[in-house]
Amino acid sequence: MKRAKTLVLAVVLVLSLVLCACAKDSGDKKDSSGNNNAGTTNTSSGPIKVGVVNNPPSESGYREANVKDMEAVFSKANGYDLKTAYSLKNDDQLQAAQGFITEGVDYLLISAAETTGWDDVLKKAKEAGIKVFLFDRMIDVDESLYEAAVVSDMAKEGETAVKWLLDQNLSEYNVIHIQGAMGSDAQIGRTGALDEQFASKKMNKVVQQTATWDEAEAKKIVESVINSKASFNVIYAENDGMAKGAVAALDDAGITHGVDGQVIVMGFDCNKWALRELLAGKWNYDGQCSPFQAQIISDIIQGKKTVTSKKIINEEKGFDAKSLTQADIDNYGLGE
Amino acid sequence: MNNKSKNIFGNGLGQLTIPIIAIAILVIFNLIRDPSFFSIELTHNNEGNSVLAGNLITIINGASELAILAMGMTLVTAACGGQDISVGAAAAIAGSAFVKILKSGDSISAGTVIIALLFACIVAMIFGAFNGTLVAVFKIQPMIATLILYTCGRSIAYWINGGATPTVTSPILDAIGKFIPGIPVPTPVIIVIIVGVIFKLVFRLTSLELFTQSVGINGNAARLNGINSTFVKLLSFIILGICVAIAGCIGVSRLGLINHETLLIDIEMDTILAVAIGGNNLGGGKFKVGGSIIGAYVIQMLTITLYAMKVSSTDVKAYKAVVIILLVVIGSPVVKEKFGKMMNKLRSRRAKVTVKGAERS
Repeated sequence: MKRAKTLVLAVVLVLSLVLCACAKDSGDKKDSSGNNNAGTTNTSSGPIKVGVVNNPPSESGYREANVKDMEAVFSKANGYDLKTAYSLKNDDQLQAAQGFITEGVDYLLISAAETTGWDDVLKKAKEAGIKVFLFDRMIDVDESLYEAAVVSDMAKEGETAVKWLLDQNLSEYNVIHIQGAMGSDAQIGRTGALDEQFASKKMNKVVQQTATWDEAEAKKIVESVINSKASFNVIYAENDGMAKGAVAALDDAGITHGVDGQVIVMGFDCNKWALRELLAGKWNYDGQCSPFQAQIISDIIQGKKTVTSKKIINEEKGFDAKSLTQADIDNYGLGE
Repeated sequence: MNNKSKNIFGNGLGQLTIPIIAIAILVIFNLIRDPSFFSIELTHNNEGNSVLAGNLITIINGASELAILAMGMTLVTAACGGQDISVGAAAAIAGSAFVKILKSGDSISAGTVIIALLFACIVAMIFGAFNGTLVAVFKIQPMIATLILYTCGRSIAYWINGGATPTVTSPILDAIGKFIPGIPVPTPVIIVIIVGVIFKLVFRLTSLELFTQSVGINGNAARLNGINSTFVKLLSFIILGICVAIAGCIGVSRLGLINHETLLIDIEMDTILAVAIGGNNLGGGKFKVGGSIIGAYVIQMLTITLYAMKVSSTDVKAYKAVVIILLVVIGSPVVKEKFGKMMNKLRSRRAKVTVKGAERS
């Protein structure tokens, strides 16, 4: 019995070793042939081959809209041959990028899971004559390794929102600040501008807590403030879901909110359902985090737009409940 | 005097000693810190209903999903000697299934909600049966078996939702997740009571409690005595499935939104904790569902207390961990045994003293 077990174990070990070796082999082979391929495809005419390395659409409503936008812009009708690879893991993404280089795409578009580890792959792409664009997220590499990076400026999103809030000319600002997952780009960016106001005493921090993007947690945070009888007149939630959770707490406590309400409600991301809350006057403000980078990249590829600075900031709006229209919801809303 | 202390610290409350002491300490701590913490008032919500509000309501209301899951988890723990770590992911699936049915029609009627609830229950029971089969039939460690659903559950929920975070609004959902017009008590609290009563009735009317205990203590001995231990284990997972569906649907109804990534996130760990704080043996065997329910409220009370103290929510988990370490260590058999021995020594010494005293006089 024991012998049988060790035998099985040995077989499994040997097999896995062989498999590993095989995988490495094939990888290397692809590499060497890949360089040749890339050389030939660049000269051939036909659809422009675009390889997109992205996070999976399941990551968020943002990503889903982002993926759909990519597919719509880099369509066959627009003269593109689109290949995609989705993963939340940097290693998988690196492998996929490697694969695209081997296949010989003309352009490589990357939204990296992590900012590090991309040097070698991008250098290989450059050697193969493949032009690289970064979108949504920056990577820690030398600027010369990519054509342009089309990204959101999260700090600017926060500044736009805070500027809007200051424009409301309230006699005093008592703010409940519900943060996203600490350390995420969106949280750091959207927190920055508000922190400045807290520091300069223009606004009072009633509470500043992270709900890690969790709607139910946001509700708990606001409930605890209501129970403590502290007065507040602004809820600044760093995404739509948490704003919804906060509003649920207000509703339970009989506190009015939105246009003409006691409390101003602010959210981010511009989900369609959130914009509808704005249109109904239940919320006041929603800041956009635009997932629509594909058109800008396509314009650069087709020479319609010239790159002056490698970092291109994607224009983002902030919507006010008073001026929002149904057309805005159709154009800028994410999801359904 | 001696008898009384023996009752409190010895076998008087039995398994419930630790959870009750824990909740008592939290209550006393809050009373000293800020007595108004416990104030409850009747206010009007934005729909014009008069409702109860206050920290206590927040705690009891907020712990509803946890309490319901803890009841089911107690059964699984007792029967299988292991825990289901996929309850959060499974609740996301059940919640998504619930929303899927709700969104299938144009309007949401009471009928649709009932069908959606039943559908969510069936879906969750199927996933429960899947976990149960792996554990009961294939004899896989519960934590490993449920790791599968833990890993892929939220992705399945994503597929059901077709991405994004669908929202649903209906007065009927508000009645489930918030308040029924005219009743000032939050509906989830009422649901917890109903589920608790059903558990109690089932234990009264059937031999489930006894069977579960005997399977948990010694599966082989139970089998030899004619108890189908495979079936009992499977059943415990299916019952947990129903609890998961109820918890998921409450979670969805509270906000009218299903976010597969955040719905009842990390609840599995809190659920297991509730079972542990409840004094149940995580290795299976004897159990008390009531202990787990109290455990759930202890966890929630701890969280809300920390929020009320304006502890940063990033630090809340650390504070929670410290308290939990204390509770679990105090509740551990080693400490209990040591404590028991110490009490015995004290008692015998006192007895000796009195005996000596008697001799002298």
